[in-house]
Amino acid sequence: MSARTAPILPAPASWRLPDRGIVGMVSLIVAETAIFTIFVVAYLYYLGKNLSGPEPRQVLEVPVFISICLWASSATVELAVRALRRGSTRPFGLWWLATIVLAAVFLGGTAREWYHLIYVEGFTIRTNLFGTTFYSLVGLHAFHVMVGLVGLALVQAFAFLGRVGPEHAHRTHVLGLYWHFVDAVWVVVFTVVYVIGR
Amino acid sequence: MTSDSLTLGGAGAADARDGTFLETLHDWVVTVDHKRLGLLYIVYGIVFLAVGGLEATIMRVQLAAANLHVVSPQVFNRMMTMHGTTMVFLVGVPILFGFGNYLVPLMVGARDMAFPRLNALGFWLTAFGGFLLYFSFLGGDGLYGAGSAPDVGWFAYAPLTSTAFSKGHSTDYWTLAILLGGFGTIGTAINIITTVLCLRCPGMTLGKMPLAVWMFFTMSAMTLVVMTPLSAAQIMLCIDRYLGGHFFDTQAGGSAVIWQHFFWMFGHPEVYVLIIPGFAFASEIIPVFSRKAIFGYPAMVAATTGIGFLSMGVWAHHMFTVGMSSHANTFFALITMAVGIPTGIKIFNWLGTMWGGKIRFATPMMFCLGFLFQFLIAGLTGIMLAAVPFDWQLSDSYFVVAHFHYVLLGGLLMTIFAAMYYWFPKATGKMLSQTLGRWHFWLFVIGFHLTFDTMHIPGILGMPRRIYTYEADRGWDVFNLICTVGVAFQALAIVLFLWNVVRSLLWGKDAGNDPWDAWTLEWAVSSPPPHYNFALLPVVRSRRPLWDFKHPEDPDWLYE
Amino acid sequence: MNLVPNIFAPVSGHARALYTYSMLVLGITGAIFVVVASLLAYAVVRFRERPGDERVEPPQIYGSDQVEIAWTVIPVLIVIVLALVTTRTIHAVQDAPKPPGAIEVTAIGRQWWWELRYPDLGIVTANELHIPVSDPRNPTPTYLTLLSADVAHSFWVPRLAGKTDLIPNRVNHTWMDPEQPGLYLGQCSEYCGTQHAKMLLRVYVHTREDFAKWVATQKEAPVAEPKAAAGRHVFETTACLNCHAVQGTVGNGRFGPDLTHLMSRETLASGAALNTPENLRTWIRAPERLKPGSLMPAMQLEDRELDDLVAYLVTLR
Ligand code: HEA
Ligand code: HEA
Ligand code: HEC
Ligand code: CUA
Ligand SMILES: [Cu+2]
Repeated sequence: MSARTAPILPAPASWRLPDRGIVGMVSLIVAETAIFTIFVVAYLYYLGKNLSGPEPRQVLEVPVFISICLWASSATVELAVRALRRGSTRPFGLWWLATIVLAAVFLGGTAREWYHLIYVEGFTIRTNLFGTTFYSLVGLHAFHVMVGLVGLALVQAFAFLGRVGPEHAHRTHVLGLYWHFVDAVWVVVFTVVYVIGR
Repeated sequence: MTSDSLTLGGAGAADARDGTFLETLHDWVVTVDHKRLGLLYIVYGIVFLAVGGLEATIMRVQLAAANLHVVSPQVFNRMMTMHGTTMVFLVGVPILFGFGNYLVPLMVGARDMAFPRLNALGFWLTAFGGFLLYFSFLGGDGLYGAGSAPDVGWFAYAPLTSTAFSKGHSTDYWTLAILLGGFGTIGTAINIITTVLCLRCPGMTLGKMPLAVWMFFTMSAMTLVVMTPLSAAQIMLCIDRYLGGHFFDTQAGGSAVIWQHFFWMFGHPEVYVLIIPGFAFASEIIPVFSRKAIFGYPAMVAATTGIGFLSMGVWAHHMFTVGMSSHANTFFALITMAVGIPTGIKIFNWLGTMWGGKIRFATPMMFCLGFLFQFLIAGLTGIMLAAVPFDWQLSDSYFVVAHFHYVLLGGLLMTIFAAMYYWFPKATGKMLSQTLGRWHFWLFVIGFHLTFDTMHIPGILGMPRRIYTYEADRGWDVFNLICTVGVAFQALAIVLFLWNVVRSLLWGKDAGNDPWDAWTLEWAVSSPPPHYNFALLPVVRSRRPLWDFKHPEDPDWLYE
Repeated sequence: MNLVPNIFAPVSGHARALYTYSMLVLGITGAIFVVVASLLAYAVVRFRERPGDERVEPPQIYGSDQVEIAWTVIPVLIVIVLALVTTRTIHAVQDAPKPPGAIEVTAIGRQWWWELRYPDLGIVTANELHIPVSDPRNPTPTYLTLLSADVAHSFWVPRLAGKTDLIPNRVNHTWMDPEQPGLYLGQCSEYCGTQHAKMLLRVYVHTREDFAKWVATQKEAPVAEPKAAAGRHVFETTACLNCHAVQGTVGNGRFGPDLTHLMSRETLASGAALNTPENLRTWIRAPERLKPGSLMPAMQLEDRELDDLVAYLVTLR
């Protein structure tokens, strides 16, 4: 090769760029936020525009307990990640398990709510505009909880096999970001559906 | 050209592997290399450009004279819908994301994208979306009735898409295909954003990135926040169609207008998602062939992000006729016209770049010059449409069709061709023929102007769009005939281009690393680049690292 | 007669307001084009590479704040001017007050024809709108309420009024104040399905006297002519009456056009064909032949029934 090689410039003293796991996850969260925004807008826009009953007030109970569970799981996941950073894998496993249990309780609660609405109240996605927007918005969120749960469960499985160590703290942190997002969305959905909407 | 070119990696074709056809095919299918994925996207887009062009040709033949019966109304409407959907989702988006994929890592001095496997997933989702859409042709009444291809128009206004008015599965194909492709695109956008933020080579601060990288970054960020609302709206449509929901069901109190809002919240930013990469190509090519640094880099960056933000607030200019309040109409008109300001800044900065330069009329530059003039006209007809009272007359007429083909062909497609001539040598190691390039350019420009200049007139004479035929007494026939004639020139131009590609691949002149004497990092590696891109990671000090290298006596970093 | 629906040949106050404004916008954008295109052309010609000087790079200039500010501020000013005029025209056209003499019409978009109702006059017709000239000194503009029975359509008569959509579950309005009698063509301009292209609209503008005459004939119930009795029997005993109304018969369907004064219309099925007895016959036998995809089914009648039916329909003047 007759070509000269690269001029070796002095590399800048400190060249640090953001971590790609975090940037990727934040981008994903931004995108997801846009999806939820549209569903929330549709929910609010159609509030009170039903041509026939039932209205939210008549059928919805405020799911206080499961909401607290979900929000609490944000704390447990954080504690788990911190434990892992310190290198304590056992506390990590326990906090992580707690997160999973709390998430499962949340999903179970939603399932019960829906069962009641569908089989007792006879209120479905076809009933009226409220039905359509309600099941879509809450369902979309529940779907995200499920996806998160699958992610959490995978980590748990590895943890059981003893394959999770402090070197994975960063990855669990990134997954934790997603989980915080799911919880934050529930704050919005909760407010919109059970506070403003009722 | 400087005799001693810089090599940061690769030794010509050292990377090319010999294998059986099957092995090669397998390599391409399972590849996670950003360059190969980029090329796959681009080839995919070109194939669909021919398909979409064919659909356009069918429409143009049907419209060549009044009261023709070349195809049935059903077939026409399907061609219209498939043409629009194909051109936007299967041509524009893939080609541009393909270039983004190919160029961004090379330009920022990275060895691959941030998430190579996600990248492959993105391409294959997009690809399957397209195949699913075209699979619809095989359904229903067989091919003559064009199967059960969608016939609701590319923006599929509710409630025409509801099960009551769109029986069968045509709309399902449309919505699922777009949903699928949308997910792929979102993945790729995340990838580009992360690559730009996290993988730049040492020394390349945000302010030293090539303009094209800034623009691909902006375009990806926009994709992230606008493609998702489209997906949300498609999910709602699916809920309506499959689960009996009422989002857009006007019988149950649902709103037809809210679909329009959701669609255009995506649809308008989408057109800038398409044109900003066009700007990216122009911003790389014009300086190189004017032999001058880009004029007003900070202003260009500001204008790009400015367009990005403003474009989120203009969507309802597609809805001036739905009966919004006069305040809403005024507001959206104002913001829309305001987008003209940053766009103008760009045109002026390109002008400033050429001013005092030495313009070389190589094929890529010819296409860029064509772009400058045509995009100027296109933008100004956009301003006419943004002028609400004028739009009450022009909306949904052929004037709008002329406007958007002017931006999409006169603007976007011209820069895409420019980019193909410019980066083809990098990607393949062979030059495209300049002579054929010139024929391609002139034939295309002539055909384009025959078709789309003329198309404004029937719009002014009251011809609505999306009609499969028209009456003879309206004075539209002559103009429509000229439009149709122009297509022949465009088709010939595109065939010449395809021939040029084939010919050059087989017998083209070798390109060398840096055929255009250019300044960004991709020209410092071999053509085609080795699959790891850079043997040693480059370190840069300015926006034009290769300029610094070629002109050590007067490097850019002294001035930036 | 020149029927070209040219937007630049307005014959109503509404269309003229849009026209005057459009000319201004064209002027401004035209001027921008001339200036910018000339600069571009000058640069391309002046700064082209000439033989002999290939090897020297031109002086590198990276930008200039003054120039940058200049070409930002000038467009800003242009946009401000445009915005001011735009606001005024939008307001003048969209929020125009309704004078007392206004004629009220409700237009309902349907796949693929126009149902036209004059609530104050008790008239129901289709596809051909009759309205009076509006004299500026004593204005009688027509105010339209726009509704849709199925999907979105759009009302557009270029020489009389800009577009306004007809959207289900929504009420829109527009108005027009024609200056000269005559026939003005328009057509649906929002894609509404298979036959969107054949959803034509004809607007007949009459002098006041002629309009009064037209109203009078439309208000008369058609006389039952004995020679049409057989056809009327066919009409009343087949499915026609499920979809069509004829005053004085049992038919009061609303899915298709009101046929009470069918023969007062010049075209059939929203302009798909001229309204002649032969076309009527073809239409009833096979609507597909004149308007493929039309929502009126082919009626499968015997030849004789068909003859009788047509003989009856042509009496509906
Ligand atoms: C690449 C795609 C692209 C681009 C870049 C644009 C750019 C613009 N478009 Fe276009 N548009 C489309 C693609 C695009 N459009 C498509 C696909 C549709 C139809 C969709 C459908 O219905 O199917 C459409 C439709 C459309 C409409 C709706 C018409 C209707 O349906 O009634 C409007 C209305 O405002 C509009 C306006 C504009 C404006 C103001 C710009 C501006 O961004 C242009 C800005 C540029 C300039 C103004 C020129 C340069 C500036 C200067 C020289 C500075 C000086 C100028 C001033 C001070 C004004 N467009
Ligand atoms: C990037 C976008 C893009 C591009 C490039 C084009 C390209 C063309 N378009 Fe398209 N068009 C749209 C985007 C685009 N269009 C959109 C979004 C719509 C709106 C749809 C809707 O209303 O829903 C539309 C609608 C539209 C209409 C209006 C339909 C209607 O309202 O009824 C018309 C009518 O003339 C038209 C014509 C054309 C023509 C003649 C070309 C030509 O430039 C095409 C030239 C290309 C060819 C002729 C192909 C030639 C190549 C070959 C023949 C290769 C042979 C193959 C091999 C050798 C492998 N287009
Ligand atoms: C299922 C409903 C239906 C039935 C039954 C039906 N029609 Fe129609 N008819 C329509 C519709 C819808 C249109 C408008 C079609 C269009 O313009 O696209 C129409 C249009 C017409 C027109 C043209 C009206 C005009 O103003 O242009 C005539 C005439 C007509 N029908 C006559 C008949 C007769 C006679 C029968 C019975 C033998 C009949 N129709 C049965 C639905 C029906
Ligand atoms: Cu009605 Cu188009
Ligand atoms: Cu737009």
